[in-house]
Amino acid sequence: MKIYDGKYILVGLVIFIALATFPVWVNHGRAVPPPEPKLDTPVIKQMIHKQCVLPKEEMITEHMKLLNIWRTQVVRDGKRMYVASDGKTYEMSLQNECVRCHSNKSQFCDQCHNYAGLQQGTTPYCWNCHIAPKENK
Amino acid sequence: METSRRTFLKLGGVCALGLGSLGVLDGFAKAAQPKYVANPQALSAKRWAMAIDMKKCWEKGASGCKDCLLACHSTHNVPDIGTRKEEIKWIWEEKYENVFPGQESGMEPEAIREKPFIVLCNHCKNAPCTRVCPTQATFKRADGITMMDYHRCIGCRYCMAGCPYGARSFNFRDPRGYIKTELNPSFPTRDRGVVEKCNFCDERLAAGKIPACVEACKCKALSFGDLEDPDSDVRKALASTFSIRRKPELGTEPGVYYII
Repeated sequence: MKIYDGKYILVGLVIFIALATFPVWVNHGRAVPPPEPKLDTPVIKQMIHKQCVLPKEEMITEHMKLLNIWRTQVVRDGKRMYVASDGKTYEMSLQNECVRCHSNKSQFCDQCHNYAGLQQGTTPYCWNCHIAPKENK
Repeated sequence: METSRRTFLKLGGVCALGLGSLGVLDGFAKAAQPKYVANPQALSAKRWAMAIDMKKCWEKGASGCKDCLLACHSTHNVPDIGTRKEEIKWIWEEKYENVFPGQESGMEPEAIREKPFIVLCNHCKNAPCTRVCPTQATFKRADGITMMDYHRCIGCRYCMAGCPYGARSFNFRDPRGYIKTELNPSFPTRDRGVVEKCNFCDERLAAGKIPACVEACKCKALSFGDLEDPDSDVRKALASTFSIRRKPELGTEPGVYYII
């Protein structure tokens, strides 16, 4: 079998495959370190029972849904207090309540959001309006 | 298998009992669920309203006093863009002819025609803005406040066209860099592409405080309260003297009254 201009085609194919697989072989063997959200803020350190509004596992998977419910309750239904299942009452406010303990946005929120590819300015765009906590860097 | 009428009815009864108990189980499950409640300190009313006594403002207030405006702007992180077109308005000053068009006699005293009136969202009973909003981002609360849900606003600006009082402003750009007052860290800013307006300080009412502008006015020209409660401040202010509302002919039933 004869391929017309086989030389050029084969060379072109090799270059194309090399370029197309570039990300695979460049990143080979280099694992991106998994995110480590930090819980070492002064407020959390002082807590005896280190407990968020929901159990940790639920917060990891459900916090975005919880925030959506909180938003609806506060803005649309005028209810601003959350009574957790352990009876503790919290103000439903990202900017005033969540951040009171989690005052380390860059070490907490951003850790996972950046890892998962949720860059600033896209989703979650909470902080376009809500004022992020001041951090000492 | 042969089923007698008797066993069939028995089985049916057991099934009905099982289905009936679902409701009870639901009730038990709900008891452990988190609850959403209003802040017990919150002020409540059937219909929030405001009376603005311009006479007091002009006579007792220092000339050029902008206490109410500044209090509002610093409480709500209202930006000052600097151009008339992109101005963000929560509470602002306007001339008589623009506040009460169609109601002028043409023979008013010079003072009334020249002096600034304080204007803000009227929190109308029949708010046109809430009727035209396609996403219900703006809506009426049970207590009469015309509320904005910035999360839902898509920036179509129908509400701005619908509002006969010009009480709504669009964020043509990110307002963060234009906030000239000290940033209030407990209240959010807004984002580019949403419409904003006065919220009758709903966040302060929820914490048991009266609106910032009312609190800031030294000469007590602004009174706030429940329009349906005869003992409220606003009703007392309105009971003693004649008052008017903006553009009454439109039937929007504003909740802001003026004493001139």
